[in-house]
Amino acid sequence: MEQRRKERIDRGIKVRTDGLYAVMSWRELSYLTLPRVVLIAGLLILPLVMPSMYWQRVISIVCIYSLLAISFDLLAHFVGLVSLGGALFIGVGGYLSAIMNTSFGFPPLLAIPIATLVGAGICTVLLLPCLPLRGVYFAIVSLMYPLAMTRVIEALDILGGTDGIMGIDSFPNRWIEQYFVILMVLLFLFGVRRLVNLDLGLVLRAVKDNDQAVRASGMSITFYKAVAVFISSAMGCLGGASIVHIYMWSGMSLFALDFSILPIAATVIGGAGTLVGPVLGCLILVPVSELLREFGTLRIVFYSVILVAFIVFRSEGIMVYGQRKYHQIERWVKV
Amino acid sequence: MSDQPILEVKGVTKTFGGILALNRVSFHVNEGEILGIIGPNGSGKTTLINCITAFIKMTSGKVFFRGKDISGKPAHKIADMGVTRTFQIMRPYYSLPAYKNLVIPLFSPRAKRTGGWRGGGKLGDRNTVGIDILEEIGFERDSFVPYKTASTLPTGYLKRLELARCLALKPEIILCDEVFSGLSMSEIASMVPLIERLQMDGIALVMIEHRLRELFRVARRIMVLNFGEKLIEGTPEEVMGDERVKEAYFGSAEEVEEDMSYA
Repeated sequence: MEQRRKERIDRGIKVRTDGLYAVMSWRELSYLTLPRVVLIAGLLILPLVMPSMYWQRVISIVCIYSLLAISFDLLAHFVGLVSLGGALFIGVGGYLSAIMNTSFGFPPLLAIPIATLVGAGICTVLLLPCLPLRGVYFAIVSLMYPLAMTRVIEALDILGGTDGIMGIDSFPNRWIEQYFVILMVLLFLFGVRRLVNLDLGLVLRAVKDNDQAVRASGMSITFYKAVAVFISSAMGCLGGASIVHIYMWSGMSLFALDFSILPIAATVIGGAGTLVGPVLGCLILVPVSELLREFGTLRIVFYSVILVAFIVFRSEGIMVYGQRKYHQIERWVKV
Repeated sequence: MSDQPILEVKGVTKTFGGILALNRVSFHVNEGEILGIIGPNGSGKTTLINCITAFIKMTSGKVFFRGKDISGKPAHKIADMGVTRTFQIMRPYYSLPAYKNLVIPLFSPRAKRTGGWRGGGKLGDRNTVGIDILEEIGFERDSFVPYKTASTLPTGYLKRLELARCLALKPEIILCDEVFSGLSMSEIASMVPLIERLQMDGIALVMIEHRLRELFRVARRIMVLNFGEKLIEGTPEEVMGDERVKEAYFGSAEEVEEDMSYA
């Protein structure tokens, strides 16, 4: 029997644009910029083409999940820390912003940045004890905190208890709300992509690759892991702070496990380690879960089927698949 | 320069459960000296380096670097002082190109301090400095080798990359864990001058080796370990003439005779 294999060759235009000479022609320039332009323009146009206010709200939620998914991707695939702490980040950021708004009267656009930075600091300190360890400890501890938080809030009846904090100011208007979260996603997406290729980012990637060698280079791995946790929990806290001003309510559901699990599913679907992939994953998963709402409790079944299908048939993720098709020619050749 | 040794190890003991891996090992390394450590497999050589550089905690004992007690400090602090090490099983960052591997040590606080440079400027950025160091250590600058991903490099280059990582830190002393092992004769032949040059630059070296012929070319003082204990210390000739060393490597004379009688 004749055996054949798939050969993959980089497109000529990819090889040419890898170096410094991409600015030589419009064709090559557009080859490089087109994917980015499509993403940016697409996200900016999205709120305008949504049929109703309900779907505009869905877009905002997509953006918040996207922030979480980028933060998960950064920690898991560039620093080697598998984080289940999405709910922790959202909860801490959300409650902080809610308190600052209701108790101190800060306007949302001031409360959100403060909650982001302070919240990231709190999350980093909370997770600090398990940073020197390798293995599953980080995942377990980051999963445990949101569970513990809900119980603490419930038992001590603090922070509004089971009713939550009500009467939180909303964004000045819904367009500001929409474009604030969209711009934040774009900012962090391109920011993190830049970060992982900086010298600091290389150190973070080195921690994942070989932490002993980083220690032998005279650098504390705990410190650099803490830096990474700070950056990614800042993204999560930003999402949480935004969400309380979108819903005008802050409650225990901010610590719900959806915030930990859905970003991971989105990363699997979108393509791990690509940073853009998780955003695409959220753009698919969140609306799908809204569409499936009509099926009531059956929703979770459909949802699982979609996920399993993706993992079985396209485990590399949309983005990795797409990049390959974009950059490479595939053809069957004789062995 | 003072007579004070650059590294002084006093009574280092390490137990793994009930097994005594190192039993009160003491030695010193003088400024700019190469000290060879040899011994049969499992005699505790690598454990000794791990203990000195705090990659594992020693059970008891003290290590002094330039008279300062460094035992009990974390590994990255010890490396930060200039006590660097290579790994026997190479630990490059496999997903990064060879020259990017050096960006990481060049980013360390020590490199920023000793280089008097924070990236950029006259010396170029960290990538350029990384390639300079790689060239120094035997990567051909104009070839594609420094730009290849570390996972595709052969053993010889990875061993050099280990040394390069130490050099990026501008070390005072390098503890080399078998830099010659796994290399071909010609690769070793090109490594020896490199080691000699490091010594000429005033860097002290501790070399664990099984390749005795090459080791004796560069090291004038040899220490022998056996079952975690220091057997003897002296010049290569003294060491190799010693009965106990022969016994450790080949078994005792009686045993050999016994074996012979069976044959």
